Amino acid sequence: MKKNSVETPSTHTIHKDPGARKEKTIHIVLLLAATVSLLALFLITAFVVGEGWPVMVKHGPLNLILGTDWTPSRLSFGMLPQLTGTLLVTLGALLIAVPLGVGCAIFLAELSSEKVANLLRPCISLLAAVPSVVYGFLGVIALVPLLRSTFGGSGYSLLAGSIVLAIMILPSIINISEDTLRALPIDYREASLALGSTRWQTIWRVLLPAARPGIVVSIILAMGRAIGETMAVMMVTGNRAKVTGALLDPGATMAGTIGLEWSYAADEHSSALFALGTFLFIVIMLLNGVAQLVTSRGRVSQ
Amino acid sequence: MMQSAKISVQDFSLYYGAFHALKKISLGFPPRSLTALVGPSGCGKSTLLRSLNRMNDLIAGVRVEGRVSLEGSNIYDPDVDVVPLRKKVGMVFQRPNPFPMSIFENIAYGPRVHGEKKRSRLQDIVEQSLKSAALWDEVKDRLDSPALKLSGGQQQRLCIARLLAVEPEVLLMDEPCSALDPIATEKVEELVMDLKKKYTIVVVTHNIAQAARISDYLAFFYLGEMIESGVTRQLLTNPTKHQTEDYLTGRFG
Amino acid sequence: MKKRNLAQRTAFLLIGASAVITFALFALILGYVLIKGMANINWEFLTTYPALMGREGGIFPTIIGTLVLTGVALLIAVPLGVAAAIYLSEYTKGGIGIRIIRFAIESLAGIPSIIYGLFGFAFLVTFLKLGFSVLSGAIALALMVLPIIIRTTEEAIRTVPDDYRQASLALGATRWQTTSRVVLPAALPGVVTAVMLASGRAVGETAAVWLTAGGALKLPFSLHDPTRPMTLHLYYLAAEGLSLERAYATAAVLLVLVLVVYSLAIFFRQKFGMKRR
Repeated sequence: MKKNSVETPSTHTIHKDPGARKEKTIHIVLLLAATVSLLALFLITAFVVGEGWPVMVKHGPLNLILGTDWTPSRLSFGMLPQLTGTLLVTLGALLIAVPLGVGCAIFLAELSSEKVANLLRPCISLLAAVPSVVYGFLGVIALVPLLRSTFGGSGYSLLAGSIVLAIMILPSIINISEDTLRALPIDYREASLALGSTRWQTIWRVLLPAARPGIVVSIILAMGRAIGETMAVMMVTGNRAKVTGALLDPGATMAGTIGLEWSYAADEHSSALFALGTFLFIVIMLLNGVAQLVTSRGRVSQ
Repeated sequence: MMQSAKISVQDFSLYYGAFHALKKISLGFPPRSLTALVGPSGCGKSTLLRSLNRMNDLIAGVRVEGRVSLEGSNIYDPDVDVVPLRKKVGMVFQRPNPFPMSIFENIAYGPRVHGEKKRSRLQDIVEQSLKSAALWDEVKDRLDSPALKLSGGQQQRLCIARLLAVEPEVLLMDEPCSALDPIATEKVEELVMDLKKKYTIVVVTHNIAQAARISDYLAFFYLGEMIESGVTRQLLTNPTKHQTEDYLTGRFG
Repeated sequence: MKKRNLAQRTAFLLIGASAVITFALFALILGYVLIKGMANINWEFLTTYPALMGREGGIFPTIIGTLVLTGVALLIAVPLGVAAAIYLSEYTKGGIGIRIIRFAIESLAGIPSIIYGLFGFAFLVTFLKLGFSVLSGAIALALMVLPIIIRTTEEAIRTVPDDYRQASLALGATRWQTTSRVVLPAALPGVVTAVMLASGRAVGETAAVWLTAGGALKLPFSLHDPTRPMTLHLYYLAAEGLSLERAYATAAVLLVLVLVVYSLAIFFRQKFGMKRR
């Protein structure tokens, strides 16, 4: 083949030569690389669901979801404590992070000078880089003691998890919301201001509604991140598998339970953790689907 | 004109999806001469030009009918490889598009992708091509500086030199001067006048005065059809179709 | 009129407050860890082995663990990711198959690291019998950072002007010659950004590595040896209350490494004028 490609330039033909095989090979190699992601997604689904299957079959998915007792030593795998724990921690985190994050995004996109924004923006990107275990560590040494001295109890609580998570998801909410606000045409601002609206009215009545799809996507992605977070949450929530509605109580999350128990779990207990992982996986895939849908719809309408 | 043509189109139609962009064009391009394609924007002249080396293949939804013959072979035959075709039928674009590399690397790019590895040979090719493109004297001391630092006119001549380095037989030029100032345009026109002694050149232009200055043959396009073609001087002084006359006298376009 | 001004003033005050709170919080977090940690970092800490499970001594093997895991993960993910990005942006015009592949990439990006851990544990460690090892951990990490590399590289490739491709193809270059000699060099800063973002993610990851690389506190001498990265070591130090000073110091080393890598990524991205994500 090498010989051929050296000779080709001298032959005066426009017809296909065997050298074209190399292009075909490259094409196929690249295609294979592109399908690795699909293969990975398939294998992840197969192995997580597959390992959790025995427990799903034995107890029935509904009983698992609605069961309130998680005692692995008695082979009792009710997952409601982890489900409600995950839900509460996530909602708490969003309640803190969304107003702060969107406020910050408005500040960067609409109010601050370009200089200030250019200075602050890299800081946010850097904060997205802080490893979750570092946040967990800070939670343990600073936040938990603070909660303990303020509210009593151990300090290890769903609230601690919410606060740590809120800080972790802030950067992505700020980034995506600000990008969306900045992408809005300048005409919107001019049109509204020219009608005699104040800057705030313009932001509140024109810009924020127009940016809604982007902000919604940022919240959904943040939600996915919060639901799946393991280390930081596991280190501060106390990991008590009891159904509770009180944010100050200790609690457990799905990801946190897997992280804490996988190293000593065997047989059915191990399968139960994979079943928990399967539920987590399903929730995340649903959120991914919604986020992708909102993104593509937003693109079409623009 | 047909028989002696280096490259010719016969009953050639092109569709972008449902849009019929070229309607049954038949036209020949004689060797060692310059043919200008003129007409108002959207008339299909650029589309025809890009059909001659199958650059239209890059656009999704394009379909063609009819033949484009290069020395007797239809370039749309299924066993034709566009790579050697484009080496033979080269193209200069509207906007100068040098690569973000040095002047030397730009010219050496073509020979390299066609298998030339020897440095000494590449140096010869670069020098020859730059001389043929009348750019050598201006850049010979800074072959290693970035091509994007050159002026617009120099960039366009560099692109022509880059094309000459792959030893094409047909040169296609898509409004090569439309992004240039008058002085740079004059230089490129001089160069083109010189090149047509050796190559078959097809130029798309919206500038009738330019077509009159540089072309031997002229073809006038309107709404995807070729209205008429012929020797430039005759067609300009004695158009037979009223659309041509309207266009030449500036009634539209 | 007055009422409107009052509303605006209140709103802007709240927005300003949220910005101040956010940035103060972040300055506090970073400053606290770095200042507390730096006090405990010295050459000995970085180059000696831990003793008594980490209560004493340094963190040398965990630094090596982090670097080896990240390095091997990148060796796997960068060629795959760049090739996939090239295919998606240069070799295809779309279609249902490509939509499915894109869906898979977007989904992989959203899957939490604990799921990668579970998968790695079930598939790599157990099913493929790779055991708790550098290789298992690196493959799990590689799959995790693959979407980052593909997206960032694709974005970089898309900023390369079409003029370059056309010029190259019109000279009779093949698709691959055009891609490898013109498009990729022009997109190189973007590819570097992709690699930096991916390494930052890999360096900071805990859960996925924990379930796949084991956690042995010794130097890995082959791909089949287990290893413990700094993140996991920090977890043990903090969660088991082994040594607070060493936890601070480990967190600071980790933070410095991640911040340097991300700063480089931001630098290359801004130089290249690419969009943030």
